Amino acid sequence: MTAGTTPPDRGPILGTLESEAIEILREGVATAERPVMLYSIGKDSSVLLHLARKAFWPAAVPFPLLHIDTTWKFREMIAFRDRTAAELGLDLRVHTNEEGLRSGINPFDHGSAHYTDVMKTEALRQALDAGRHDIIFGGARRDEERSRAKERVFSLRTAGHRWEPRAQRPEIWNLYNTRLRPGESLRVSPLSNWTETDVWRYVAAEGIPVVPLYFASKRPVVEREGGLVLVDDERMRLRPGEEPAIRRVRFRTLGCYPLTAGIESEAGTVEAILAETLAANRSERQGRRIDHDGEAPMERRKREGYF
Amino acid sequence: MLPPLRLVLCGSVDDGKSTLIGRLLHECQAVHEDQLQAVAQASRRYGTQGSDPDLALLMDGLMAEREQGITIDVAWRRFETPRRAFFVADAPGHEQYTRNMATGASTADFAVVLVDAEKGVLPQTARHSRIAGMLGIRHVVLAVNKMDRVGWDRTRFDAIAGAYRAVAEDTGITGMRAIPLSALTGENVTRHGARAGWYSGPTLLDHLETVEAAPPGGNESFRMPVQYVNRPHSDFRGYCGRIASGAVAAGDRVRIFPGGTETEIERIVVRKGERERAERGDSVTLMLREERDVSRGDVIAAADAPVEVADQFQAQLLWMGDAPLVVGRPHLLKLHARETGATVTRIRHRLDVVDGRTRPASTLGLNDIGSVNLETDRPLPFARYDENRTLGGFVLLDRRTGATVGAGMVRFPLMRAANLRWQDFDVTRETRAQAKGQRPRCLWLTGLPGSGKSTIANLLEKRLVAEGRHTYVLDGDNVRHGLNRDLGFTEADRVENIRRVAEVARLMVDAGLIVIVAFISPYRAEREFARGRFEPGDFREIFVDAPLGICEARDPKGLYARARRGEVKNFTGISSPYEPPEGPDLRLDTGTESPERCVERVLESLD
Repeated sequence: MTAGTTPPDRGPILGTLESEAIEILREGVATAERPVMLYSIGKDSSVLLHLARKAFWPAAVPFPLLHIDTTWKFREMIAFRDRTAAELGLDLRVHTNEEGLRSGINPFDHGSAHYTDVMKTEALRQALDAGRHDIIFGGARRDEERSRAKERVFSLRTAGHRWEPRAQRPEIWNLYNTRLRPGESLRVSPLSNWTETDVWRYVAAEGIPVVPLYFASKRPVVEREGGLVLVDDERMRLRPGEEPAIRRVRFRTLGCYPLTAGIESEAGTVEAILAETLAANRSERQGRRIDHDGEAPMERRKREGYF
Repeated sequence: MLPPLRLVLCGSVDDGKSTLIGRLLHECQAVHEDQLQAVAQASRRYGTQGSDPDLALLMDGLMAEREQGITIDVAWRRFETPRRAFFVADAPGHEQYTRNMATGASTADFAVVLVDAEKGVLPQTARHSRIAGMLGIRHVVLAVNKMDRVGWDRTRFDAIAGAYRAVAEDTGITGMRAIPLSALTGENVTRHGARAGWYSGPTLLDHLETVEAAPPGGNESFRMPVQYVNRPHSDFRGYCGRIASGAVAAGDRVRIFPGGTETEIERIVVRKGERERAERGDSVTLMLREERDVSRGDVIAAADAPVEVADQFQAQLLWMGDAPLVVGRPHLLKLHARETGATVTRIRHRLDVVDGRTRPASTLGLNDIGSVNLETDRPLPFARYDENRTLGGFVLLDRRTGATVGAGMVRFPLMRAANLRWQDFDVTRETRAQAKGQRPRCLWLTGLPGSGKSTIANLLEKRLVAEGRHTYVLDGDNVRHGLNRDLGFTEADRVENIRRVAEVARLMVDAGLIVIVAFISPYRAEREFARGRFEPGDFREIFVDAPLGICEARDPKGLYARARRGEVKNFTGISSPYEPPEGPDLRLDTGTESPERCVERVLESLD
């Protein structure tokens, strides 16, 4: 799905953010031996991919895309991923933690925290080790969560992929330190200074395709802990008394469908989403169940290697 | 709409920086309800505001920060109002985390300096202001916070604003406004408070929305460091980078540095087309008319405004390594897109960031700022930091660990740099020396007052002239009557005193003379500096040594007696230290040897 045909005025901020992100992408590629981009299929990944195509045009995107597939992603996400890779001729690599899969780890029986550790964090570490990647691009933004607001653009990971928040390298000016010792790597976030609103404005201005789940549509959902959970396939376990109902919903953020709540919305276009985002009084990650596991779940996960 | 404002919040610990930014975000609806709920929850555990949500917890995003109730690292936030977009860095206040504060300030054009109305201007306020000024921030707002705790006392506010103005004037800050406010209650943050009726100026937000804070930039000629060379196939060779200053258009004449070859911009390429013009801050891909050898780290610049190229610099350096700086140790240096080996060859002095004075130093510890000489393995295209942050700001990396250990700002190239044009005269120092039939040298006599430096210098010169040599004596007291008449006896002035004499002596050696310098020159670092200004072998450090008791007994000018009576301040040996040479080229013991014998030994050592 594409945004409207006439790009709205980008204003001073999008131009600055775009130039900054392109600078970061080029710096990473110029200094990396085995760069890779984590592709999560969401809007941030779509924007990052678009920026990478701009940064290196007319050359092809000079790094592979890595998707960590938990096998519990929304079906529409997987379809969008495969379509995008085919249309743009991308080097897409998909990795699943096969051991976790064999042990039957799933979001229903094992709790969202344990499930995320095994099928996302552990899987990511396996794939990065196998690829021996030194520079790892991702679409993380500082406005998403308070520990991310503290993270450098080029963020050092130790040999075990750990983040040491108390020992971050000073990052002066736009001079990025890319020196690494064996086993160390850098998580690089070109969208660090973007907000959710910037992302949508940019999607609109550039006509960037995004997964249709972001737009309101009639979908079968159940209400769970104040959120609306999509019954995306037959594996969805309904709790006693739960009855799927068709409601007009959309998703502000995309992850594993049983752990990602949608909101009721009428927003069917990027412009309508923007209007809704600007008026929203809840953050986008509010729909992420995994962000509510304990006191500082994101910081804990990042220390262990999560993006 | 004004361009986005990049601002840093600084000030001492507990002045309320995180609370203020939390308040701003909250009032500008940049905080979502679920985030506020999380803050309310955390406030019950860590908060300092009783039953009210502690807005500082919005910013203190690390577990360790919430547990200790302090800010350890910078938090970056974005927010916008209908009038302007803001990039905010909330910097930690503790001295221990100064390098993180510098990280936050390095990309800012504007600083909000917080002061607690109860405590007033603290050393850390001065430290942060000086670092902000050094990094190029010229505009600040002084937010006098916690005014509610002092009953919105106008006299108190005026006193603090006055005290801060004195600090700001000394730190390169040219634009300053003071606002009385309370981050806790929100008064004068986004709305006026009734209790401060006497204050008729703008609220903090009003001011931030309208203030002009153009990033500093002296030279607006086109410059772009090449970040990446894009060569997808043989027909396309594009040079990618972000424009550091000025603007560029197809057809412009440019030169490539360090080489300096000239060519023309053929096209500015963007995906799905071309652009006619691009300017400072834009990331672009340039194609050149002729095939040129251009690589990452080169600088493309307007042909009529070339960039400077040098391999020796004087720079301001903020040391960020856990271990102290060691002069002479090789590091890696990164300046725009260029990485090369580099060595700090000398520490000229350390800056006291609280009182702004310079002190001699032989090393720099964590968070120290110093003025240093630096040598790079290869010539670098650069600009002075005052003219351009991108081309004049560099970092030093530890070769072994890769850690970022220093942030530097180029002040100017050192004139020894081999590739500077003014050195290309046909008559060289060798020609001049040959014409005089002698080996020019600098004989540097150092020692306590009364140790016999002037006596030996006098005898030595007479002997040399008798032998047909061309000489000159630079004597400490004599030079202070003329060249150094403006200098006193503080440490900073002594450093400058020596620097000037070393430069003059160097010129005279260059002219072919044998120069005898008779100077107390009490600090090792300064004498090492002097040595560094000469070719190896041209500089002889001669330690004129005598015990303090003997020197004091001689007291040829009666100064020891006056110093003992407290009439002379900073008198070397009495109230100011003398650092004896550790490995002088020659040591003369004037306590046991006659002046004549000492002169003989000097002459023997020259053969």
